[in-house]
Amino acid sequence: MTVPAIKIEHIQKHFGSLQALKGIDLTVQQGEFFGLLGPNGAGKSTLINILAGLLRPSTGNAAIMGHDVVTDYQAARQALGVVPQELVFDPFFNVREMLRFQAGYFGRGKENDAWVDEIIESLGLTDKAHTNMRRLSGGMKRRALIAQALAHRPPVIVLDEPTAGVDVELRQLMWAFIKKLNKEGHTIILTTHYLEEAEELCSRVAMMKQGEIVALDTTANLLSKFAAKNLCITLKSGDLPESLRPLLKKVEGATFSLALTELNQVEFALSELRKVNAEIDDMQLIEADLEDVFLSLVGGA
Amino acid sequence: MSLINEQTRGVYTLFKKEVLRFWRVAFQTIASPVITALLYLLIFSHVLEGRVQVYDDVPYTAFLIPGLIMMSLLQNAFANSSSSLVQSKVMGNIIFVLLTPLTYLQFFLAFLAAAIVRGLIVGLSIYLVALFFVDLPLVHVAWVITFAILGSALLGAFGIIAGIWSDRFDQMAAFQNFVIMPLTFLSGVFYSIHSLPPIWQTISKFNPFFYMIDGFRYGFFGKGDISPWVSFFVVSTFLALLVLLSLKMLKSGYKLRG
Repeated sequence: MTVPAIKIEHIQKHFGSLQALKGIDLTVQQGEFFGLLGPNGAGKSTLINILAGLLRPSTGNAAIMGHDVVTDYQAARQALGVVPQELVFDPFFNVREMLRFQAGYFGRGKENDAWVDEIIESLGLTDKAHTNMRRLSGGMKRRALIAQALAHRPPVIVLDEPTAGVDVELRQLMWAFIKKLNKEGHTIILTTHYLEEAEELCSRVAMMKQGEIVALDTTANLLSKFAAKNLCITLKSGDLPESLRPLLKKVEGATFSLALTELNQVEFALSELRKVNAEIDDMQLIEADLEDVFLSLVGGA
Repeated sequence: MSLINEQTRGVYTLFKKEVLRFWRVAFQTIASPVITALLYLLIFSHVLEGRVQVYDDVPYTAFLIPGLIMMSLLQNAFANSSSSLVQSKVMGNIIFVLLTPLTYLQFFLAFLAAAIVRGLIVGLSIYLVALFFVDLPLVHVAWVITFAILGSALLGAFGIIAGIWSDRFDQMAAFQNFVIMPLTFLSGVFYSIHSLPPIWQTISKFNPFFYMIDGFRYGFFGKGDISPWVSFFVVSTFLALLVLLSLKMLKSGYKLRG
């Protein structure tokens, strides 16, 4: 059996009296595209900072490719590339210099330069390779940050909200690039606010809330488990019968969205509407999205 | 085997980056302290030459130069490590180093070595420029080099401590204005402590900067306020203390890793 890319066991983290992580257990296998979701303050970044060695866990262990992040931190960090959330940069150097330095810190020398040029090209940074980091636009800085995380060719890559504040075009480019990395065998851990992003990219998802993992499953299972379908009905006349109120998720004018857990509830909904002689103007059956799962797990209380 | 291999490349890269960081802005980091030192030299030598005689056969201007060299060297070694650390903490880019497998010892060595290089370049530049103006003896080169390296290492380590401790630029500036400057000016850069009242002579002997400057000056003239061996011992002890303190801070992750 191969070692897991990431293995987290009973990790707790206290900041004074605040318990930021309340005992996290999580294993991510090599080659996975894993999503870490949760609202602000859920503990996603704390968890990532523990993996990266920027924070020390209060209790528990974490390992990257079998290397403990505390006792065997050098090997653990060799295996890990982190794209930080903040747009940080070193104002003294240009893109290529920064990437070579970054690779150098990890012991990589001239033999790594071809790889550095390859990342520069894949991320569309070729024109900017000799531009000082200070002069890059926000989007270009974001690309450079991704490039920096990859400079030492880590097998495991963590992206902490990489698309926050990024325009649609760049987001698409980044998605395509990250997908390609995953296809080439890199394990990807993505934290994000954008559920659409997790849904499109991640094969497995953990949802965090107040320092705990509240759901952990494949994206497909989570979707089917928590909300199979949304039924959107627009009524020409009449009102939604009381019997359907418990399923109601959203009302927009005369359009009612019902969250169904099973498909045969469509039949039930239609018969209830017939009973009150409500006339249907339009009807749509929509696949649930992670937002529904998210809201049912995280939103409530 | 080459000196730079996979084990040493990390620390070498960080050192190189730290040196390039000040070299890229050499006008501010090297030229500017050299000009400042020359202004001191010009003013003080003009005002005091012929009025102050510290040693019998040493003109005041010559006496002044080693003090000015050492003063600039110390200030710049301190400025290099402290401002680099504070800046990368404020900008957030220190994370790029913290994410790497570099050990705390390698981190320390790279920052320290870069501070020593900056101190020595500034000191050497002032020396070379001063040679145009003054005839300066050089009796014990070994002492000159020894105190130049010890001094820049001591202030480089102190800069690492200040840089780790400070969260903002003004806190670092406080170190510079309330610690480095007074200790430098009260150390005998511009005078021999023998010209001071006894009480100030005693106080000066608690100032480590006095030993760095006196030992350094001894290397040029073959005479000083005290024996260079005493200075060497005192400065080495202080250096060891500051190295231990900065290593302790780095090892614990103080203000760098939570």
